[in-house]
Amino acid sequence: MKIYVSRDSAAKALGADEVAEALTAEIDASGIRGEIIRTGSRGMVWLEPLVEIDAGQGRMAYGPISADDVPALLGGRIDSLGLTEEIPFFARQTRLTFARCGVTDPLSLSDYETHGGLVGLRRALVMSGEEIVDEVKVSGLRGRGGAGFPTGIKWDTVRLARAAQKYIVCNADEGDSGTFADRMIMEGDPYTLIEGMAIAGLATGATRGYVYLRSEYPDAIAVMEEAVKRARAAGILGADVLGSGRTFDMEIRSGAGAYVCGEETSLLNSLEGKRGVVRSKPPLPALEGFLGRPTVVNNVISLATVPVIFEKGADFYAAFGLGRSKGTIPVQIAGNVARGGLFETAFGMPLGELVEEVAGGTASGRAVKAVQIGGPLGAYFARDKFDTPFGYEDFDGQGGLIGHAGLVVFDDSADMLKMARFAMEFCAVESCGKCTPCRIGAVRGVETLDRIAAGDSAAVEVLTDLCEVMKDGSLCALGGFTPYPVMSALQAFPEEFAGVKEAAE
Amino acid sequence: MHPQPSAEDIRELLGRHLHLEGPLLPILHDIQNSFGFVPQTAVPVIAEALNLSVAEVTGVIGFYHDFRKAPAGRHVLKLCRAEACQSMGSEVLAARILSLLGVDWHGTTTDGRITVEPVYCLGLCACAPAAMLDGRVHGALTEARAQRLVEALA
Ligand SMILES: Cc1cc2nc3c(=O)[nH]c(=O)nc-3n(C[C@H](O)[C@H](O)[C@H](O)COP(=O)(O)O)c2cc1C
Ligand code: SF4
Ligand code: FES
Repeated sequence: MKIYVSRDSAAKALGADEVAEALTAEIDASGIRGEIIRTGSRGMVWLEPLVEIDAGQGRMAYGPISADDVPALLGGRIDSLGLTEEIPFFARQTRLTFARCGVTDPLSLSDYETHGGLVGLRRALVMSGEEIVDEVKVSGLRGRGGAGFPTGIKWDTVRLARAAQKYIVCNADEGDSGTFADRMIMEGDPYTLIEGMAIAGLATGATRGYVYLRSEYPDAIAVMEEAVKRARAAGILGADVLGSGRTFDMEIRSGAGAYVCGEETSLLNSLEGKRGVVRSKPPLPALEGFLGRPTVVNNVISLATVPVIFEKGADFYAAFGLGRSKGTIPVQIAGNVARGGLFETAFGMPLGELVEEVAGGTASGRAVKAVQIGGPLGAYFARDKFDTPFGYEDFDGQGGLIGHAGLVVFDDSADMLKMARFAMEFCAVESCGKCTPCRIGAVRGVETLDRIAAGDSAAVEVLTDLCEVMKDGSLCALGGFTPYPVMSALQAFPEEFAGVKEAAE
Repeated sequence: MHPQPSAEDIRELLGRHLHLEGPLLPILHDIQNSFGFVPQTAVPVIAEALNLSVAEVTGVIGFYHDFRKAPAGRHVLKLCRAEACQSMGSEVLAARILSLLGVDWHGTTTDGRITVEPVYCLGLCACAPAAMLDGRVHGALTEARAQRLVEALA
């Protein structure tokens, strides 16, 4: 009998370690023949700790399981949810990037290879840099870190740049509320990120790579460090990648708790050991990046998706999706939801379907009021925008952005003026300080929202002007996009900004 | 308690990172992991080793939320204040915990037991509200569970 328990942070946060310990103790005490395997998460966080038992009929799911439930579980007295992969939330997905996550032991290289790992890298090793880049272009892969810039084009710029040393830098800063896909893939299938970075290295001629990983993720840091060590020992990284004579090696670096370091040029400054201040562009990092050398800066999911594109082919990947949003997107469903977790699906599913059907509405059982998409710089969508299909252009057309594809659901008790104020406050705390509209504007924004809250409805016009200035005058999206949550909250819920508090008194 | 490092200690620790490209953040993390904070006395030693000015090193330390200029309490409790946690009542929960401990954000209890810090997302947004206590994660936190967690600490 094989028993699977996740070692993902979200599972641990809900007690998975205690469950695994109880299982070990119970197996020892009862003489049951069972092997416990710690996997990544299947992404169904509301079922964590999820225990899967395979006694020959496939992996049957039980969850949430507490340590106290373990004797009953092994005694066969707890009802199963059925085969894990037939649970509707799971069965409805298209898992390409996350295909192995939750299935394998994250650090087992033999598991990795048994489930399709390294096929892509082996294929890339016999291709020219140009051919690799073309494959990525055909796949239609766009940056999953927010801006949606075509990955193949970015790689081509680095490939064509002439320099003695080039770099691949993975942006694992994942600071947005509501996002955890980067964390989940790093904890649950770290070799896919390593493989993606190695392929990026082959494509561009970069022989060195860094993962800049936020310090708020100690578990992910530990898994990635161990994975790099094992990949090096197995000859996947190093001076002779899989015996090809090609070189690629990489390191894990920790951030130090600054949201703005997710912005690529700020990240590069931080990696160099400087203050994480945003650099003005040009020059592009692709030409003058880390230590002034040509550098690919890509998000975790962008890079971790590259292996499956090479394993299954660019055309296979590009066949999924909607319009210019090709392939799949790991949607992260969070906040006040009945079924929170990671849901990988082809682009195109309407927002409302994700929130109402997949996530099952709110956890509190109250009506859904608003969904913030794309982190603290993303817009709030009220229900009237629920038919918006999940795609870069479609969200843009509705005055929003996908960002890292995190959805944060709020029920009808949410105070939208407070949320708008929080957006400004966050911008003030996290501003790198380089430009005035962001550094000062955010502070003024908080004050203006306080005036509105105190009943001064004339301040709404001031707020609107201020948002215009921040949008037009900020150097990066921290200051430039803070108006999204603020203005979308104002536009969708004007009555909450109308000085009603004064009238009620 | 963490020991107070000497210049010699800092120099020795530094040596482990000098081969890196961009060694400053790894150095600062290592100092903080070893001593619990980044002492002012370490700054000139780092500056000299990396050929930077004292002002530059000070500027870097000050820029990042992680680095402390003084030791924290024996335990560090980070409570998430970002949006997904807010949607599940994290602000009320945090207010209760802070008042239970008699501290404000960044404050340390008078017995030196616990420092409470805000954090903006731990990636546990699907099981909010979330917290991290001495590097260990906790999700779907309730007031009762949070209270048990902090009361169990020595
Ligand atoms: C304030 C700010 C924070 C950002 N945070 C992240 C982040 O945490 N992770 C990320 O991949 N991209 C982040 N980005 C976007 C990056 O600047 C960059 O576009 C991205 O890493 C490029 O990778 P991609 O092409 O694979 O998306 C952020 C941008 C801004 C302006
Ligand atoms: S917008 Fe804000 S974070 Fe971005 S460069 Fe300007 S001051 Fe820095
Ligand atoms: S918002 Fe609190 S863990 Fe993400």
